[in-house]
Amino acid sequence: MPNSNTYKLSFLVLSIILVFCFLANISLGSVYIPLKDVFNSIIGNVTEQETWQHIIQNYRLPKAVTAILVGSGLGISGLLMQTLFRNPLAGPFVLGISSGASLGVALVILGSSVFGGVFMSLLISKWSIVIAASLGSFLVLLAVLMVSLKVRDTMAILIIGLMFASITAAIVSVLSYFGSAQQLQQYIFWGFGSLGNLSWDELIIFFIIYSFGIIVSLASVKSLNTMLLGENYAKSLGLNIKRSRFAIIIATSLLAGTITAFAGPIAFIGLAIPHLTRQVFNTSNHKILLPAVFLFGGIVMLICDSIAQVPNSDYTLPINAITSLIGAPVVIWLLVRKRKMVF
Amino acid sequence: MIEKNQHIILKAKDVSIGYASKKELTVVASNINIELHKGELVGLVGVNGVGKSTLLRTLTNVQNALSGDIFINNKNIKQYAALDLAKALSLVLTEQLMSKNLSVFELVALGRQPYTNWVGNLSETDMTIINSALTQTNISDLKHKRCFELSDGQLQKVMIARALAQDTDLIILDEPTTHLDIYHKVYTLKLLQKLAKETNKTILFSSHEIDLAIQLCDKLIVMTPSQVVSDMPCNLILNGTFKSLFPEDLITFDEKTGSFRVKQ
Repeated sequence: MPNSNTYKLSFLVLSIILVFCFLANISLGSVYIPLKDVFNSIIGNVTEQETWQHIIQNYRLPKAVTAILVGSGLGISGLLMQTLFRNPLAGPFVLGISSGASLGVALVILGSSVFGGVFMSLLISKWSIVIAASLGSFLVLLAVLMVSLKVRDTMAILIIGLMFASITAAIVSVLSYFGSAQQLQQYIFWGFGSLGNLSWDELIIFFIIYSFGIIVSLASVKSLNTMLLGENYAKSLGLNIKRSRFAIIIATSLLAGTITAFAGPIAFIGLAIPHLTRQVFNTSNHKILLPAVFLFGGIVMLICDSIAQVPNSDYTLPINAITSLIGAPVVIWLLVRKRKMVF
Repeated sequence: MIEKNQHIILKAKDVSIGYASKKELTVVASNINIELHKGELVGLVGVNGVGKSTLLRTLTNVQNALSGDIFINNKNIKQYAALDLAKALSLVLTEQLMSKNLSVFELVALGRQPYTNWVGNLSETDMTIINSALTQTNISDLKHKRCFELSDGQLQKVMIARALAQDTDLIILDEPTTHLDIYHKVYTLKLLQKLAKETNKTILFSSHEIDLAIQLCDKLIVMTPSQVVSDMPCNLILNGTFKSLFPEDLITFDEKTGSFRVKQ
């Protein structure tokens, strides 16, 4: 293939940037830790102070890994949705996955006043929120999937996904109306998103589901490329549209669903990363785009998280605000500079 | 020429086409019998709305025939698996490409999809076939251009190259000459004629360029509301088939020149 060498160089550079951002992300934080000790701690050596090792191994390292998983996962599911729906505005949440998750979480947090206090307040632990988010997104997704097997037109699925999102948003509004101020605050905090709350145990579960999503995405590379021709051409090339569509939706929901469950509804990344990637890798070939989106997603999320930390201070800003604040101007700048959106 | 090679690529036997819903049956055309041989260039002509698209959709297994059987390479089209059909029949459609950011090479290479592995890597054979498809359609120098940079005429050649790369015995094109000026119309049809001769593929296209089709095709399928006739162009002229093609208030068919004239 032409240009494959220039792509190799870009991949190399991006991988180095990813590693650099990973290390920078771990070394930055409210407590200053010398770079030497950061290294030592990562490879398991003894650090000067024991608390440093604890901070790095149990707090910063899982957070950095989460950032990479979240960024790459959302980016890839955004890419899948943009190709499937032939729409540059599509993102990982167009099928109502995040609204399903919000509904689940809203039911747990806000619903306690409706369903009676003591029992529900017991449920509000972190796991209950993860489970509620997963269940919510899973149920919405199941509905969309059932429809997608019936409907022949891919665009109809997009609209149906949007309708489901409206329905769940409406239910959340009703619940918020009856919720107490404290519950509302808790719900809003969940909506801010958070990368830093995961223990290694949770991270392992997260990683396993994430890997399934990635594997299904990789297996869909060929059908994604075929879909670039449009559905009728894809069919004439022997592609089973319904099955490929099903696989793509499954991959997206595994990725976006778990990410929302563990890190909250992270805005913007899923929509923007594929566009950022296309500015650098001027191709539509998913064999190149998919790994490139993975790298870009990880890098951007690590940078956003480092900024959200506000290094050397005690503040942690909501990650959801940072992704949009930093990311949106970057995408605008790129598009204005290039004067053309490649898709 | 045809007598030399009697191998039938596409055969429609007593086919009737149309749309079946729960309530009613809409028959668009019936009693269709077509036999297309290897290396033939065949035009499908008829007035707007007579059912050319429906016929092509039926022949390409996009929709079912109401009755009758369609055979490609002596095998019923219903018995083909999707992937096997893709190796026997390739299409050039009127619909817009979804992504015009593909390079010409990438787009033509997508024609190899039925043959490539799960991730779509191109083998040596694939590369050879893609390059010869590019050469046969005279677009080797456009190879690295992106599709949004191309003119309509160039894009049509690229789509034909993609169908060639799919390496099928039969290529079906839906109105390949729309949106093109008269020069490029002739160019495209001449190209199809050349390809049918050189590659020995059977090429079937629908078109409104009846004059050109009469001059270039080995065989024509003429659809009128009452019947579907397929024969060599000269026989069709002798039988007066073209006279009944259009309402005669505005244009007439001139048998001597084989073309339509505006009534003065």
